Amino acid sequence: MAANQTSPTSPQFSTGLSLGRVLIYVLLILCALYYLAPLYVMLTTSVKSLDEIRSGNLLSIPLNPSTYAWSKAWGTACTGVTCEGLAPYFWNSVKMAVPAVIISSLIGSVNGYVLAHWKFRGSHIVFTALMVGCFIPFQVVILPMARVLGMLNLANTTSGLILVHIIYGMAFTTLFFRNYYVSVPEELVNAARIDGAGFFMIYRRIIFPLSLPIFMVCFIWQFTQIWNDFLFGVVFGGSDAQPVTVALNNLVNTSTGVTEYNVNMASAIIAALPTLGLYLVAGKYFVRGLTAGAVKG
Amino acid sequence: MSALRTTNEANTASKVIKPSGTKPPSRTNAATGKSTSSQFAALADIWLPRLVLSPTIIASLIFVYGFIALTAYLSLTESRMMPNYEFAGFSQYAALFEIDRWWVAAANLGIFGGLFILFCLITGLLMAVLLDQKIRAEGALRAIYLYPMALSFIVTGAAWKWILNPGLGLEKLMHDWGYKNFSFDWLVDSDMAIYTVVIAGVWQSSGFVMALFLAGLRGVDDSIIKAAMVDGASLPTIYRRIVIPSLRPVFFSVLLVLAHIAIKSFDLVMALTAGGPGTSSDVPAIFMYQFSFTRGQLGLGAASAMMMLATVLAVLVPLMYMETKGAAHGR
Repeated sequence: MAANQTSPTSPQFSTGLSLGRVLIYVLLILCALYYLAPLYVMLTTSVKSLDEIRSGNLLSIPLNPSTYAWSKAWGTACTGVTCEGLAPYFWNSVKMAVPAVIISSLIGSVNGYVLAHWKFRGSHIVFTALMVGCFIPFQVVILPMARVLGMLNLANTTSGLILVHIIYGMAFTTLFFRNYYVSVPEELVNAARIDGAGFFMIYRRIIFPLSLPIFMVCFIWQFTQIWNDFLFGVVFGGSDAQPVTVALNNLVNTSTGVTEYNVNMASAIIAALPTLGLYLVAGKYFVRGLTAGAVKG
Repeated sequence: MSALRTTNEANTASKVIKPSGTKPPSRTNAATGKSTSSQFAALADIWLPRLVLSPTIIASLIFVYGFIALTAYLSLTESRMMPNYEFAGFSQYAALFEIDRWWVAAANLGIFGGLFILFCLITGLLMAVLLDQKIRAEGALRAIYLYPMALSFIVTGAAWKWILNPGLGLEKLMHDWGYKNFSFDWLVDSDMAIYTVVIAGVWQSSGFVMALFLAGLRGVDDSIIKAAMVDGASLPTIYRRIVIPSLRPVFFSVLLVLAHIAIKSFDLVMALTAGGPGTSSDVPAIFMYQFSFTRGQLGLGAASAMMMLATVLAVLVPLMYMETKGAAHGR
């Protein structure tokens, strides 16, 4: 993304310590505190005891940090009717997200290759028609999808969820790869074609080796989308294939018994850890995915 | 901005390509190819791309277009627990418009969508302009503003549900700090619950708006700004009159994405208020889910889904039209 560069384009300002610059820094730091506060609150609450939560306040520092809430959230907390913690649902999400991300990215890569370098009559219309899939509210397809999954015996299974995520992820992955491959010089592909390289040969020898950056972007974008999905999970997940977002929602919104805020917060962090970790490790690609997803080619 | 990205990637692409360019990968193929097999290869090159793309095209025709058509048809039947394929005209829509809860949901979408987009735009643009002033530790600040985007709306909802919890959360904090009369119970106030969704939504998405605007700001032509500075224009004037107006295409993208997030928002409301208290913070996405899956009113659910699609189209189509028109006029 352009913001990573040292930016020769932005206007030259005096970098001295004027009142204005102090004000800018104060505003920026206030904003940073606003964004960090919920994370701080979640983390500290998750290591406090319920008594400490009642006697202290949101920002008070935990005096006797304990991992009790974390182990309960992972292993024994009740999500609705069962009390096995988040662990099984966390693994459901892993089993769903990993294959769905890989398959939808590979499909997107080949599609993007065709749409960028093997244009045929009507391929522009095909591309536009595919892009509609990025925009529709999924509520408009879930009723027939539920029916089809039922007929395929895939209702309430992880395989069913994988299928759904692949189908509705293809539009985005195709968009990513197509926009990236358009920047691969046409002459390069044409030269290979004159030399007699065929469709797959060019993909394997030229296009695919260049694709690592865009595969990173696509993996991260798709993983975030699929891991964080709630609608498909709650509608098609049933009780066996429920992803972690659905389990977390059930846990947080359970109205019976005492609300254990520390367990709730530990669960929320557990559900957020994979995407948060990915963001910390590969934030650059994450941002690139966001901006590429927002600005249609 | 997209142009900037493209040049970046083109550069890296050409760098990597050079070595393989000296040795065409296809030499062996061309050397051994006979005339019949090259004919075959030419044919394959015409049909293979279409063949490769066809599963996606078919899937898209069935699972996007076909399913929209099916939902549309379902909304014109009397389906309740089970689908019933007998045509019944627009009775479901008539019934939908008679339901007070639907209008509460629609009004909430208007309140939430409007305020969510407005506050995201303001905070996002402000942060981007501030960050554009050659700031130390810009990268770290950017990362902090953006991380909520990595979280799911369910996690965001759970966190804010705890912070906004009357009695224990923010309210208790203010009491501890000596503001004994402070009261903040929007979460359980049926008139105010929808505004708590705005608070959490803006926290989650405004960093993303900042990222888009910042990328746009970095793409603004420097020479125009320098010329204006030579003319003695002040910095705020330069931003107001030159820089921000040139971000027009970014505004469109941001509006497009935010409107889309707002209309389909389901998880955030589910986690934060679950549509409550009562149905006071209901939105169409929750209405659709509950009528279809917990109340056994498939026809009504389908009708409400079609209304959601209509809303998306009503927002997106004019925006896309304006954006492409803007592009055609050279911006």
